[in-house]
Amino acid sequence: MPVKHKTPFELIIPECEGDLLQIQDLHFAYPDGHQALRGINLSICEGEKIALVGPNGAGKSTLMLHLNGILGEDTPITIAGLKLEKGNLPLIRALVGLVFQNPDDQLFSPTVFEDVAFGPLHMGLPEEEVRLRVEEALAAVGMDNFGSRLSHHLSMGQKKRISIATVLAMHPQILVLDEPTAGLDPRARRSLINFLRDLPITMLVSTHDLRMVADLFPRMVIMDEGKIVADGQTQLLLKDEDLLLAHGLESLS
Amino acid sequence: MHVDVFDQFHFSESRVHSLDPRVKVVITVAFILSNAILPDGSWLALALAWLFLLLGNDLSNLGLGFTLKRSLIALPFALVAVSAIFSPLGEPLADWDLGFMILVPTDAGLIRFASIMLRSWLSVQIAILLVATTQFPDLIHALEHLRLPRTLTTIIAFLFRYLFVLTNEVHRIQRARKSRSARLPNVRGGGNLGWRIKTTGSIVGQLFTRSYERSDRIYQAMISRGYTGHIRTLNPHQVKSQDWLVLGISAGMLILIQLVGWIL
Amino acid sequence: MLYAPTNLHIPDGFLTIIVSLIFWLITIVMVGLAVSKTNKSLGEKQVPLMGVMAAFIFAAQMLNFPIAGGTSGHFLGGALAAIVLGPWAGILVMTAVVGVQGLLFQDGGLLVMGANIFNMGILTAVIGFGLYRLVVHQKRGVRLVVAGGGAWIATMAAALAASLQLWLSGTTRLEIVLPAMLGVHALIGVGEGLITVAALAYIEQTRPDLLNAEKTTREGGRGWIVGSVLVTLAAVLISPLASGSPDGLERVAENLGFLGSGQDAPYQILPDYTIPFLGETAVSTILAGVVGAVILMGLLILVGRNLRRRTEV
Repeated sequence: MPVKHKTPFELIIPECEGDLLQIQDLHFAYPDGHQALRGINLSICEGEKIALVGPNGAGKSTLMLHLNGILGEDTPITIAGLKLEKGNLPLIRALVGLVFQNPDDQLFSPTVFEDVAFGPLHMGLPEEEVRLRVEEALAAVGMDNFGSRLSHHLSMGQKKRISIATVLAMHPQILVLDEPTAGLDPRARRSLINFLRDLPITMLVSTHDLRMVADLFPRMVIMDEGKIVADGQTQLLLKDEDLLLAHGLESLS
Repeated sequence: MHVDVFDQFHFSESRVHSLDPRVKVVITVAFILSNAILPDGSWLALALAWLFLLLGNDLSNLGLGFTLKRSLIALPFALVAVSAIFSPLGEPLADWDLGFMILVPTDAGLIRFASIMLRSWLSVQIAILLVATTQFPDLIHALEHLRLPRTLTTIIAFLFRYLFVLTNEVHRIQRARKSRSARLPNVRGGGNLGWRIKTTGSIVGQLFTRSYERSDRIYQAMISRGYTGHIRTLNPHQVKSQDWLVLGISAGMLILIQLVGWIL
Repeated sequence: MLYAPTNLHIPDGFLTIIVSLIFWLITIVMVGLAVSKTNKSLGEKQVPLMGVMAAFIFAAQMLNFPIAGGTSGHFLGGALAAIVLGPWAGILVMTAVVGVQGLLFQDGGLLVMGANIFNMGILTAVIGFGLYRLVVHQKRGVRLVVAGGGAWIATMAAALAASLQLWLSGTTRLEIVLPAMLGVHALIGVGEGLITVAALAYIEQTRPDLLNAEKTTREGGRGWIVGSVLVTLAAVLISPLASGSPDGLERVAENLGFLGSGQDAPYQILPDYTIPFLGETAVSTILAGVVGAVILMGLLILVGRNLRRRTEV
């Protein structure tokens, strides 16, 4: 299991040269010509919790969709030593757990149980193992008895949690979340933040919620117009008001 | 999705673009009808029809080869017509013994096949030209003017409006499913076919339920703005003298094509 | 193409005018009835509901599920639409879908659209809804099985209808196209049936108010049951007959003058046909030459204009 999470105040970014995820000079343009990524360089080590912030249209979602090969086929991305190419994609999708912003996109099976079981079933795991993983994943997100429920009838906060469970059941090495607190009321948001805090897994989370970033993520990466404009300790970056303002972010003070 | 892939309209300042949409629809249908009436093997007439089409391409400032490039999508269905080559009418050209059946291509069959392909190819192109030079809302107006029932045209309008929204949703769901379709090395995975079909089925069911509820919300928004069952739109289209001229000239050309086809 | 290239969308030029006209008439009548019936049952809600449902069917047809080795299956949706929305609404929805597919994406022709709507919208509604209506008061298991079976039969019927239309137009040889179409769609139909069942099961679980017996009986009377049974029987009887003894059917059609709708090959026309006011064939050859020259000239002018435009830009 990855390194245990340290609180933001005794801040040490582990020197590991990106043993889990490495991106070297990634460029990407959409078919309509829009240049979404202009030379991205990023390294993530095991155990890190990183926030990805920036204005809408900065390329955050585009970057995330590259991490499991949904976008971009021949890319300079390496995950746990595996180069991201067509042949490796099925395995990479077991390593990188991508949770989309809209849980309605994520939950497409009849019952909660079947949704969480989808990943392990597709991986060809035996039935007993699948059941075990589903139970574990649901317990991890605090939704133990929701197996037989219909996702259609759940609240937004519940759906968001189940979405995370659907990915956790695959035992990924890195969890990539796209705006997990968007659309949540304060109670559900607080609950999700606590949950993420206690989850001992490498995380890359894109968000507009700077308070959550200050709370949970020692390292912050700021993106704007397809480039990474800052990458460092959250505490320090949050103090640089000019930087925040220049890239569409509001300071917390 | 950044690309609005459902927009077939290509903007340009041209006489064709500014024609009344009703006229364009009538000409399109008349052109297709004219080709359908022509007897098999009317090569000259079909060549004339092609000239008419090229003229349309040219006058719409979209480039001479515009519709040609896009017409190749119709090709796969050509396979269906291939068996016309073996029509029993006409003189046999060869004798192919395949073992389980004997195929005899005939000259009449070959002419028939070529005629079908040419007609079809021309029809696809004029349809492409129509939607490339006419905005879809205008097309819907044209259909209304041409007496299609209001209910149906409004349904089509809604279809167009929400097409992008719903296909986007499908696209995102497919992405989410792909993201969780992982395989471990040396483990047979993918689930069985029945399971994959079941998943697809529940996605369809989900989409249906969400769409149904979305339509409820749309309906509420509509009645909040005074909707009582009849959508009123302003009529932005006046048939101008230019339109009558084009209509007349086109009719003349189509009659000429018919004459050439039947007499020569 | 972004969406399911089912080979049921017949393009222009593949059906003769008579065949196109016959099916346009049937379609116009059914669609006209559908408009007035849904008006009565749904009222003002009619348009937004069916519009969004049409978008849904369109989008659902874009879904694919991997079958084996890179191929994937697709969904037509006619039967599902008819069962859940009622037969008349189902017909309107599929009409809109086929209409937009033909008009906007050239998937299916304009002149032959009547036939396409009939195959993919009306037949599927009649069979899909009618058979389901037959068992609407039965247990869930029975209903789902019949719904799935109905979807399969509807797919086959659509393929059969398309094959017959193509054959009656002289576009294809029946003994070649019919087994191919039926064979392919027997497989596609299985996917259609299973997806229909899974979707219905889901809808019944989440929104039972949308799919209950009382609602279904309200949407269509017993006439649909009769219709569906008759159509199914017809399909079942014609298919083996047509595949088995196509020569017999062709001879019948020849006698009735159907094949090719009287469009004979030109080599037969030329020697016999005398044009009253033009006289001998020598004159028509000269005229043909003139027309040919005009065409060539026209082409040269157009190409010239375009080249000049490109160098000017």
